[in-house]
Amino acid sequence: MNDPALAGLPPQISLDEVVPARAPWDHLVRTGETLRILDLEGNQAVDFLLYAADDDSERYSAQDTIVAQRNIFLRAGSILMSNEGRPMAAITATSVAYHDTIGGACSCESNTLRYGHHTKSQHACVENFLISNARHGRGKRDIVSNINWFMNVPVEADGTLGIVDGISAPGLYVDLKMLMDVIAVISNCPQINNPCNGFNPTPVRVVIAAERTQGH
Amino acid sequence: MSASGTADPAGARAHARAMAGTRIEAMPTVPATDVAEPPEGVDPDAMIWEETIGAGGYAAKELRRGARLRLIDLRGDACVSMLVFNAERPVERLNVADTVKVQWNAYLRAGRLLLSDMGRALMSVLTDEAATHDPFCGPSNERTPGAGPNWSTRPNARERLLLGAAKFGLGRKDVHPCINWFKGVHVGEDGTISVQLGPFAPRRAVVLRAEMNVVVVLANCPHVLDRREDYVATPVRLSAWRGPVTALDDSTRNATPEALRAFLNVEEYFRR
Repeated sequence: MNDPALAGLPPQISLDEVVPARAPWDHLVRTGETLRILDLEGNQAVDFLLYAADDDSERYSAQDTIVAQRNIFLRAGSILMSNEGRPMAAITATSVAYHDTIGGACSCESNTLRYGHHTKSQHACVENFLISNARHGRGKRDIVSNINWFMNVPVEADGTLGIVDGISAPGLYVDLKMLMDVIAVISNCPQINNPCNGFNPTPVRVVIAAERTQGH
Repeated sequence: MSASGTADPAGARAHARAMAGTRIEAMPTVPATDVAEPPEGVDPDAMIWEETIGAGGYAAKELRRGARLRLIDLRGDACVSMLVFNAERPVERLNVADTVKVQWNAYLRAGRLLLSDMGRALMSVLTDEAATHDPFCGPSNERTPGAGPNWSTRPNARERLLLGAAKFGLGRKDVHPCINWFKGVHVGEDGTISVQLGPFAPRRAVVLRAEMNVVVVLANCPHVLDRREDYVATPVRLSAWRGPVTALDDSTRNATPEALRAFLNVEEYFRR
């Protein structure tokens, strides 16, 4: 436990992995456990969804989360809500000022609108979500508005919005303490056409930690 | 013999049939071509839907490419939550995140598109007298203060959308993030949202154009952040009529490079 990247986490580490640049990842995280996501090299968008482990038609809802806190940005203290209006997880700590939940995930198809048809063949977050979810029987209907950790999407007074240069940095992190048993799904964003990854996708580190008394 | 005269089938049939011709405000006009007030410039024979939905009401309708859909907030205090699906393949559906991100703007206005998750325009906003709409808050659910279960007098919007979707064979996983028409939301610099709940002037109208063959599901329930004690959702009139498919020189189609590519993708989809 001398790794400074683990500072502040509960003592029992059950998982500590690096998600390669551009890759998907998913894992069961139980009630009370903390999932830490570390932005290893800085300004790496991490697209993120949650599904209730016992009924995956209940899932993260950006809209319910925005309503619950009356704010579009996710910060320390934010509660991630489900589409049934139930709390799924709490952001117990983060060293980044805020994160995005209005920008959605990049897809091959939306890339054609945003950048041109030459980008259709590029890898995208929806591809990662689909592949990761398909192993568990979930499909395209399970892709909903997601969280983008470490991504910066300001909204100006006239409604103008966009993904702009990030406010994260190497080693910054977010901690999520789960309020129900969930499947957490990550797409380590492969986008290279906007500044969400500083135009250079990089690895992130994921850690699951629990108090010793839980004993899984 | 009972007071209602329904002790035997013939009596029950007479009782049931005596209701014919009843008119209330929240009901469909069938056939739609009998519309009392056709939209200006629209031949009544082109009408394909005319229905008013009241507080907590919902409706779902398949619209062909080119059809127009008009929503009128008759008394200025409606909130219409809407889902949109590709009628041919409903796994393609409205994506509110792509809708705001691709168009670089948070607010729905005339000239903006409702984008699917497949990079296509499902619908476009032809005219908009309201300019107070909400892509961020979604529907109320059974845990929303003031909203109740579906069978109560205060049905929550999520379950209304689920019922509308269910009648097209769809289920819980198909109830995607929605748009709320007529109630507005504004995002402050620090991310704070403030909602504009009205009441507004009566009879504000929004006219949409189907850019693909779509199924729309609409529910008229109080906005999820409406904390008034009463369950307030004044009636909405829904009217739809046939119309031409969007022309290549259409101003909305050509308004931005992103919109043009969304239409190119639609046109490619229908190249069969």
